[in-house]
Amino acid sequence: MQKTWNNKAWFLVLPVLVLVAFSAVIPLMTVVNYSVQDTFGNNEFFWAGTDWFEEILHSARFWEALQRNLFFSFIILALQIPLGIFIALNMPKSGIGVPVCLVLMALPLLIPWNVVGTIWQVFGRVDIGLLGYTLRALGVDYNYVRDPVDAWITIIVMDVWHWTSLVVLLCYAGLVSIPDAYYQAAKIDGASRWSVFRYIQLPKMKRVLLIAVLLRFMDSFMIYTEPFVVTGGGPGNSTTFLSIDLVKMAVGQFDLGPAAAMSIIYFLIILLLSWVFYTVMTSSDANG
Amino acid sequence: MARITLDHIRHAYGPNPKSAKDYALREVHHEWNDGGAYALLGPSGCGKTTLLNIISGLLQPSEGHILFDGKDVTYLSTQARNIAQVFQFPVIYDTMTVYDNLAFPLRNRAVPEAEVDRRVREMLEIIDLAGWAKRKAQGLTADQKQKISLGRGLVRNDVNAILFDEPLTVIDPHMKWVLRSQLKRLHKQFGFTMVYVTHDQTEALTFADKVVVMYDGQIVQIGTPAELFERPTHTFVGYFIGSPGMNVMPARVEGSAVVVGGETIALDYSPQVKAGDRAELGIRPEFIRIGREGMPVAVNRIEDIGRRRIVRADFQGQRIAIVASEDAEIPAEPRITFDPTAINIYANSWRVGREA
Repeated sequence: MQKTWNNKAWFLVLPVLVLVAFSAVIPLMTVVNYSVQDTFGNNEFFWAGTDWFEEILHSARFWEALQRNLFFSFIILALQIPLGIFIALNMPKSGIGVPVCLVLMALPLLIPWNVVGTIWQVFGRVDIGLLGYTLRALGVDYNYVRDPVDAWITIIVMDVWHWTSLVVLLCYAGLVSIPDAYYQAAKIDGASRWSVFRYIQLPKMKRVLLIAVLLRFMDSFMIYTEPFVVTGGGPGNSTTFLSIDLVKMAVGQFDLGPAAAMSIIYFLIILLLSWVFYTVMTSSDANG
Repeated sequence: MARITLDHIRHAYGPNPKSAKDYALREVHHEWNDGGAYALLGPSGCGKTTLLNIISGLLQPSEGHILFDGKDVTYLSTQARNIAQVFQFPVIYDTMTVYDNLAFPLRNRAVPEAEVDRRVREMLEIIDLAGWAKRKAQGLTADQKQKISLGRGLVRNDVNAILFDEPLTVIDPHMKWVLRSQLKRLHKQFGFTMVYVTHDQTEALTFADKVVVMYDGQIVQIGTPAELFERPTHTFVGYFIGSPGMNVMPARVEGSAVVVGGETIALDYSPQVKAGDRAELGIRPEFIRIGREGMPVAVNRIEDIGRRRIVRADFQGQRIAIVASEDAEIPAEPRITFDPTAINIYANSWRVGREA
């Protein structure tokens, strides 16, 4: 096979390369640069090798935060995916209900993260918040500022409220693309409601579900703003996720080296887990 | 297998239908024989799919009843009616194997697994997919998928009827022919009542014992292919069946003669056309002879379509088509004669019988 080399073509992709370099590669490389050096200020840097990486991987603080992240993402996926599918299945397929439901579903997605955090921060307060005050009045010992479990429940409910809509909208898009003939054929074949879900709706939703799982995993694993606003990582360290810890380290303590090393590890974990999800969920296509 | 009775069925999609225009199906009142092969033929939007869905139970008629073997099934669900239906686009269960696809309707009805296995294997042979049993249904070609849809209908050997909704639309022409003859063979073998919706007249005419022609929400004629060709009961049937369709021209009936423009054509009977009715004369292009005798015409164009030629001509101000054999001579001053037995007279688009 004869290959044609045309070096002028590189000029055509140059603008994009420059753009990507400024937006992604250069910042990422800065982080790599920090992660292998030490500084005592005055803009003086010393080579540190893999010291910071070793320090992070040996710190209990990092592993505890990572565990919290994994547990949080697990709960988020376990709640939002089934709930999203369930709501999508029960949404109207035609009539005035469709736009009404779609707008209702889209509303939480339009609210900025820190505003969502503030809403729930106030909503859950036991002195003035509707939720906190009502629970107190009903005799439930609820206080997200003092009780780690209450703090977790508040953050999880908040995230479910904020992001389940995304799963719903994706699933709904998958569902409405199924032609009527499939449902009619299933009726004629005598399929049960469960069979219709298992053999028609679920397979047709598979691709959008893959996107939903990936998006929700990445997003929940990177959660920062809402717990920062609601609990500030507390009580104690109970809601200190990797991102919150990272900011404390980088901005609070100004430990640039360890923070950079942690960023890279954090990034690689997300990359690896996303790849695992993707591979597992698309593998059944290959042996079809 | 069942005899299907359609008892004064009307259907409107919108609520509160008032005029005839609001009905997708104006009025259907017929009885279809057990074991017959019926083709529902008509242009898009004539109500044929509506009628099919009413038979299968996917749609409830606004008025009227439907009976299988004399038993009223109007309010029964699709499952309870025990019918099979094959759709325009192949419907398969992607994640299942070919075998499981065919077993699905049986397993849903709690047929013992040994019986399921026997019937599925038999069906795999019939639809010629025996080697594909263990394959996932996903990667198959359109005609293989459609064969699976077909097999899922046929695998239940106790169905009351099998309904087809333009099932060969997505199949390429060669496979169409193969599948059609396979279907015909299966019909002979099992003797199920078969209803087949199509807008392709060749498909309908080669496939069915009886062709049901629908137009504008009603059945205009039920007949054998020969009846539809020779004695169309409605001008629409004349126009829709045949290529080119029947020549229909305004006429005036005078006793046992019919007048078209300035020409008078003698008939051997007196059509009963009431005063005020719109009378028309219909004659198929195949029954017009062109030569040196008869009534004058002006030839516009001659189309050579292989073994025959189609002559487009003006006759008394009407555009008509004439089928002439390849070697027929067309003189410079051509004249035509109508085969008197092939002339049909229509009053308000409906045929006036010889016997009437």
